[in-house]
Amino acid sequence: MALTPPAGDPAPIAEPILLGIYRNIYATRRFELTCIELYRQGHIRGYLHPYLGEEAVAAGACAALRPDDYIVSTHRGHGHCISKGADLSLMMAEITGKATGYCRGRGGSMHISSKQVNNLGANGIVGGGIPIAAGAAMGIMVRQTDQVVVAFFSDGASNNGVFAESLNMAGIFRLPVIFMLENNHYAVSTPIECATGCCDLAGRGPAYGVPGICVDGNDAVAVYHETLRAAGRARRGEGPTLIEAKTFRHGGHHVNDPGLYMDPQALAEWKARDPLTLMKQVIADPSKTRIIETEVESELEAAVAFALRSPEPDVAEFIAGIPEH
Amino acid sequence: MVEMMYREALRRALDEEMQRDPLVFLMGETIAERGGSYKVTEGLWQKYGSRRVIDTPIAEASFTGMAVGAALVGCRPVVEILFVDFAMLVMDQIVNQAAKIEFISGGQGKVPMVLRTQGGAGNGLAAQHSQSLEALFYHIPGLKLVMPATPADACGLLKSAIRDDDPVIFIEHKLLYMTRGPVPEEEFLIPLGKAEIKRPGRDATLITYSHMTLKCLEAAAFLEKEGIRVEVIDLRTLAPLDTETLLDSVRRTGRAVVVHEACKRGGVGGDIAAMLMEQAYDDLDGPVLRIAGRNTPIPYNLKIERACVPSVEEIVAGVLSIL
Ligand SMILES: Cc1ncc(C[n+]2csc(CCOP(=O)(O)OP(=O)(O)O)c2C)c(N)n1
Ligand SMILES: [Mg+2]
Repeated sequence: MALTPPAGDPAPIAEPILLGIYRNIYATRRFELTCIELYRQGHIRGYLHPYLGEEAVAAGACAALRPDDYIVSTHRGHGHCISKGADLSLMMAEITGKATGYCRGRGGSMHISSKQVNNLGANGIVGGGIPIAAGAAMGIMVRQTDQVVVAFFSDGASNNGVFAESLNMAGIFRLPVIFMLENNHYAVSTPIECATGCCDLAGRGPAYGVPGICVDGNDAVAVYHETLRAAGRARRGEGPTLIEAKTFRHGGHHVNDPGLYMDPQALAEWKARDPLTLMKQVIADPSKTRIIETEVESELEAAVAFALRSPEPDVAEFIAGIPEH
Repeated sequence: MVEMMYREALRRALDEEMQRDPLVFLMGETIAERGGSYKVTEGLWQKYGSRRVIDTPIAEASFTGMAVGAALVGCRPVVEILFVDFAMLVMDQIVNQAAKIEFISGGQGKVPMVLRTQGGAGNGLAAQHSQSLEALFYHIPGLKLVMPATPADACGLLKSAIRDDDPVIFIEHKLLYMTRGPVPEEEFLIPLGKAEIKRPGRDATLITYSHMTLKCLEAAAFLEKEGIRVEVIDLRTLAPLDTETLLDSVRRTGRAVVVHEACKRGGVGGDIAAMLMEQAYDDLDGPVLRIAGRNTPIPYNLKIERACVPSVEEIVAGVLSIL
């Protein structure tokens, strides 16, 4: 099967959708920077993998979804959760380990999930979510609805066996799943060229009978168009799509990784194409983006205040729920 | 003796064995130039090169299987799996392949590989990065299982594990890497299958391993002040189990408590307690007690994470309850 040809001139996007995309990119950017601050202050522990620089992938993809569609997320999952419509306060409470958080303080950043917005969950196991996404799509097939699932994962996960097996099965059963491969060019410190002999990751789709598309992951509008097209195919029963969205982390793998191994020239080039700036240019009306920014800032301020004043899980209650044997 | 960190002692063992035997090689994620997540392999790639210190993609099941294959043709691979939680991805290659090959080939095939990995709670890494899963390996005939608590044991046991002709699962603890202890200056080996009495005593036997050894020693020091002398046995190797040292101690003390971080249900402690009951019933002055992790996934929040793992206070209270 040949790679799917470019979409041609897509229809213009309605303004509320564009503004929604900008909101999610901006909210994710500010949310991540706030988390880093809270981590430094000791309010967040464990692993924290910022989505800085990659915000356009989740924002563009989720804008093409309906509220009843599902997503499956990764260890770098805040952006997916925000873009699917999650509540910043409940997210922040979870990430600071509070009883009021989405997962009652049990999951934290790496395991955030929200039934409310059909986010089936972030994952601490690289690649662990890919078959779960295909399985959710199988559930949709059995239930005979026209929902779709987007599986977010990155280049590192695409070298794990679960990727090949899931892609193959999604192809057989024509499952309504979109494999959103966020190619940020690194798995921790390993550049993608050192982890595979073939860096054309979209090309892995056709090998399994699944159309493969490569898109600029810093261009939220492009991601939106491709996701919308793939979702349309999925809803019509035409099966899965692999979308490789090329992007780049703005920093290290996690909050304590300075990322010194990253190619400085590539980093500078990608930063010059910051998804936030690009989307601002699309909207091209500073008064509109400013309103969104003000709204997000107050939402975020409220989220931090909520998280910090929320109680921690009660130890006695937690223990009482555990079987003695 | 020289003072060194647990992770440095592990590195020394790898270095000495790689120096000694050109068939020893390392495989894992970001272990080469970057020296691994816990810095155990730091400097080895620079010293031994890319042919013997190999960075892999995130493909645990297959690179572990590749270690099995390389071992079958005479190499001594040491595979690093970042977290024991991820070792669940390689269970076919370990349980159905590595552990079985010598047996099903009638002794023709040998799998002299080591799988180094790391477990335990305590760093807020939540349910998929904090587990203690040794019981799963303990259950499988054909595997050896080592869980050192001190730098010296880490060094001497890893060297023996590499020289051993059977597959060895070698589980480190994330809270131990930065701990320090004395290690002999000259080269030394510690045989697999030998427990060590880390503190002698006569009133009760505390049987433990890995990070809990430190907590048991703390509990024993506290009890000493109350005039209670507890013997602390560090198993070091769980399979094969040094039943002789355990039985000998319990025959002297008449009381035993098994302490581990892993969930109590289906844990190694239950098996050890049953063994003592079967083989030393007449010497026991009471039932063997288990103090173990709670039967729950490990949560993210610090307070409830702490509540999952036995504390020094719980160990002290447990000993007092059976005296
Ligand atoms: C099965 C498994 N192996 C290894 C790890 C450790 N680990 C966590 S994130 C990561 C890199 C993942 O790279 P990629 O899939 O590209 O995701 P990115 O971090 O770029 O978003 C690794 C190796 C893990 N969590 N799970
Ligand atoms: Mg990546």
